[in-house]
Amino acid sequence: MTAEDIRRATIRISHEIVEKHAGTDGLALVGIQRRGVPLASRLAAAIRENEGVEVPVGALDITFYRDDLSLVAQQPIVKGTDIAFDLNGRTIVLVDDVLYTGRTIRAAMDALIDYGRPQAIRLAVLVDRGHRELPIRADHVGKNVPTSREEVVKVTLEETDGEDAVEIERRPGLAAVGGSAA
Amino acid sequence: MTEGSARPGGAVAGPVHWAHRHLLDVDALTRPEIELVMRTADEMHDVLARPIPKVPALRGLGVTILFYEASTRTRVSFEVAAKNLSADVVNIAAASSSVTKGESLVDTVRTIEALGADMLVMRHSVSGAPYLAAEVFGGSVLNGGDGWHAHPSQALLDLYTLRSRLPGGSLEGRKVVILGDVLHSRVARSNVWSLTAMGADLWLCGPATLLRGYDAWAARGAAGRRFTVTSDVDAALRDADVVMALRIQKERMASGLLPSLREYAARYGLTQDRLRSAKPDAIVMHPGPMNEGVEIAADVASGPRSVITDQVANGVAVRMALLYLLAGTRRTEAGA
Repeated sequence: MTAEDIRRATIRISHEIVEKHAGTDGLALVGIQRRGVPLASRLAAAIRENEGVEVPVGALDITFYRDDLSLVAQQPIVKGTDIAFDLNGRTIVLVDDVLYTGRTIRAAMDALIDYGRPQAIRLAVLVDRGHRELPIRADHVGKNVPTSREEVVKVTLEETDGEDAVEIERRPGLAAVGGSAA
Repeated sequence: MTEGSARPGGAVAGPVHWAHRHLLDVDALTRPEIELVMRTADEMHDVLARPIPKVPALRGLGVTILFYEASTRTRVSFEVAAKNLSADVVNIAAASSSVTKGESLVDTVRTIEALGADMLVMRHSVSGAPYLAAEVFGGSVLNGGDGWHAHPSQALLDLYTLRSRLPGGSLEGRKVVILGDVLHSRVARSNVWSLTAMGADLWLCGPATLLRGYDAWAARGAAGRRFTVTSDVDAALRDADVVMALRIQKERMASGLLPSLREYAARYGLTQDRLRSAKPDAIVMHPGPMNEGVEIAADVASGPRSVITDQVANGVAVRMALLYLLAGTRRTEAGA
């Protein structure tokens, strides 16, 4: 995906979110660290443009909730959760860059529920690359990208990496772990 | 969630990796590693501010707390920290264990490991005992205080408290005075490493009999650490940014080191009067437990400059951070 593709997908998803929720009342966006956070801000900006409404945006760190802590070599560095609004009764749209096995989303739902009891949790992702290991699906998808497990989907964003792009790469070696793919 | 979310640096974690399997003292920690502990403790602080202060990060891990010496805050704080991370905690008080039947430290540690402990938090009256335990234990050993030697988690929580209280959060060039029974204090010994690592202007002050060895150590270069050793309490306190009073350890005090507690209180006790020569916003600390009226006056301990209760509260966040970071290397060692 090019920067232009990402921009269009973001705008479309923002429309879909508002349409599915039938408005913006009680809606909030929560980005998953790290690249879900800027994506959530972009979706909020698009909603502001389309609807003239400021939707609350938060950031969620799922490090403490991962189920693969025993598999990674070192403790992942915690990047911080920042949810400055009350989750109770709201519809929360989780935002992430890549949907892969579904384990990150499982962890994110656990983390979110520790902060309150949302009315509903939805999921928006930029890329769905398949290979789910849990019964999880996205409500809003920027692009479905069929991949093999040997490939890595590399998402870069202006805010975190200096440029917008989605690329598919061959996994360099068995030891490597796909950075954003989870 | 809290004011902490706006912290600069919270999101820009550098590529520091934690490579220590054990935490026996802070002398082995580099400044970036100490910063990593501080940043991780910030996150733990946010977890503690939640309605349910519990995360599943250490689910399934066994943490055994083995204390051969009395303790309230360190033991309870490690236990609360481990439980907040969803670890399974076992508490052993040496007084009611097979230690009283003559079991050796090595055998006790092997037994604890065989019973499923992944991490061992221990306190022992003999300096160096956790180093011996670390040689035989397959998991991670955290030193909860050994003899006169080291108390790394206390030094790190002191640092965390200072960082949150000092303007700008930096110790660089700040005058920090450790006042009192430096000789018998493992807290002081560990704080020398962590405070100098963070760039503080460190002063150790007390009666000459309670500073023994530090002069010679400083003269030999103290492994590249720089600090000032003095018995002149007025010089030490002048324009100080931080004053940490240490407990007079009566139980470790061989006779003859002090004429009397009353004389100590008169000459070295931290009183409002003495504190006036420090900076107006100077911070007062004490690792506890306190002998009020001896090393610190009651009105200073509970005064507006005192951060003593912060120290206790921050202990849980810092110990959660340490358990979390050490758990990662334990798994690496296991080859997972």
